[in-house]
Amino acid sequence: MSDITEPHLMVNGTKFTIDDSWLGESLLYTLREQLGLYGSKNACEQGECGSCSIMFDEALVCSCLVLTGNAVGREIQTIESLAPDGSLSDIQQAFVDVGAIQCGFCTPGLLVTIKNFLESNAEPTDLEIREAISGNLCRCTGYGRIVEAVRVASKASEGTEETLNDND
Amino acid sequence: MEVLVASSAEEVCELLTQDHRRQLLAGGTDFMVEVNYRHRSPSSVIAIDRVPELRNWRHDGDSVLIGSCVTYREIERGPLATLVPALAQAARTVGSPQIRNAGTIGGNIGTASPAGDMIPVLSALGATISLRSSEGKREVSLEDLIIGVKKTSLRESEFIESIRVPVLEGPQEFLKVGSRSAMVISVTSLAFITYPKTQSVGIGLGAVNPTPTRARRAEEFIHDYLDWEKMAVDPSVLVRFKELVSDASSPIDDHRSVASYRRHSVGVLAQRALTRVFSEGEFNV
Repeated sequence: MSDITEPHLMVNGTKFTIDDSWLGESLLYTLREQLGLYGSKNACEQGECGSCSIMFDEALVCSCLVLTGNAVGREIQTIESLAPDGSLSDIQQAFVDVGAIQCGFCTPGLLVTIKNFLESNAEPTDLEIREAISGNLCRCTGYGRIVEAVRVASKASEGTEETLNDND
Repeated sequence: MEVLVASSAEEVCELLTQDHRRQLLAGGTDFMVEVNYRHRSPSSVIAIDRVPELRNWRHDGDSVLIGSCVTYREIERGPLATLVPALAQAARTVGSPQIRNAGTIGGNIGTASPAGDMIPVLSALGATISLRSSEGKREVSLEDLIIGVKKTSLRESEFIESIRVPVLEGPQEFLKVGSRSAMVISVTSLAFITYPKTQSVGIGLGAVNPTPTRARRAEEFIHDYLDWEKMAVDPSVLVRFKELVSDASSPIDDHRSVASYRRHSVGVLAQRALTRVFSEGEFNV
């Protein structure tokens, strides 16, 4: 049994000490209200919308459904880790280029989901893309441009590999 | 809230013996909703999702032993999906990728919601559930464990350790009705399992009864009208079969559906599953 006396969270490779009183809250709430990481969005608080998606020990989950006390000692990656400040990842760039962002509230959760998805499926079909984002609700775009952005991003990462091979 | 992270099944026993009111936490997909909405705030929680014995499964002769903290994600693909196809089909209909990465088979049973998607499959498979406490272990059927809506016969300090399901050779189906394809709680669901050795079928109904239910009369009725060599069914009995399945349901009206639709649709699912497995064209008595 790990006795939690000095609780801390490992988020995006950084260690954060947290107060005991937050152990009984959702990880989403702690990320936003204690650690100042506002990228993960708080909407439904019941795992329906995917706006708070994070990587938790290498699994994509809703951070609203993780108990903070059970996140101690786990590896947490949030949207803030997607690209260094001031730059965009291929997926973010594809969202901008294609116009897959309207109000933007669902975007961080989608980006975390899609990054994870493309890592295991580099050349997805449209059906696979739609299934992968089925836990991320977007009320603006109608999903068409999001699916398009994933297509573009998957091709962009292919292109990167080719460039690397060319350099070899 | 005190959060205790257990590292072995033995330790879960000890922590529950110290105080049986401690809340068990597996995937959190049900429990955390209650925490977030401030419906519950237990003073002590035992997280069991990192206990190795509970996270593993193994193929054990003619059955599979699945630890209670195995996730839907692990059930829906890979070797488990080949060994227990209907369970995999059901797991794939749960929530979203995010939910399936977190939610567990033991949590689905322990929550004991009539709409739990593992339940009709486990019922049709005749699964046995292994329960553990510091007093020892015991095995119960799913029907003896889930005794009401969100109500189990778990004793104080007892928890679900594993689930044993048979590995069968015949086709299996899981079908579900909901308002969309993803992120939906079942309006109705149904598992259809074939037992080629005994030339019988198992039919488990979901979301139409307070507790796990098999459509026993329909199972017995259809027995005489199946040709196991041609995998064919006598088409003239389909309407009666559908009625018998609907008769095994006692659904309620709620915000997801009216009872009459549940009753109707569970029969439709049964007929659909039956005719997916047994063709209607080639039956000769």
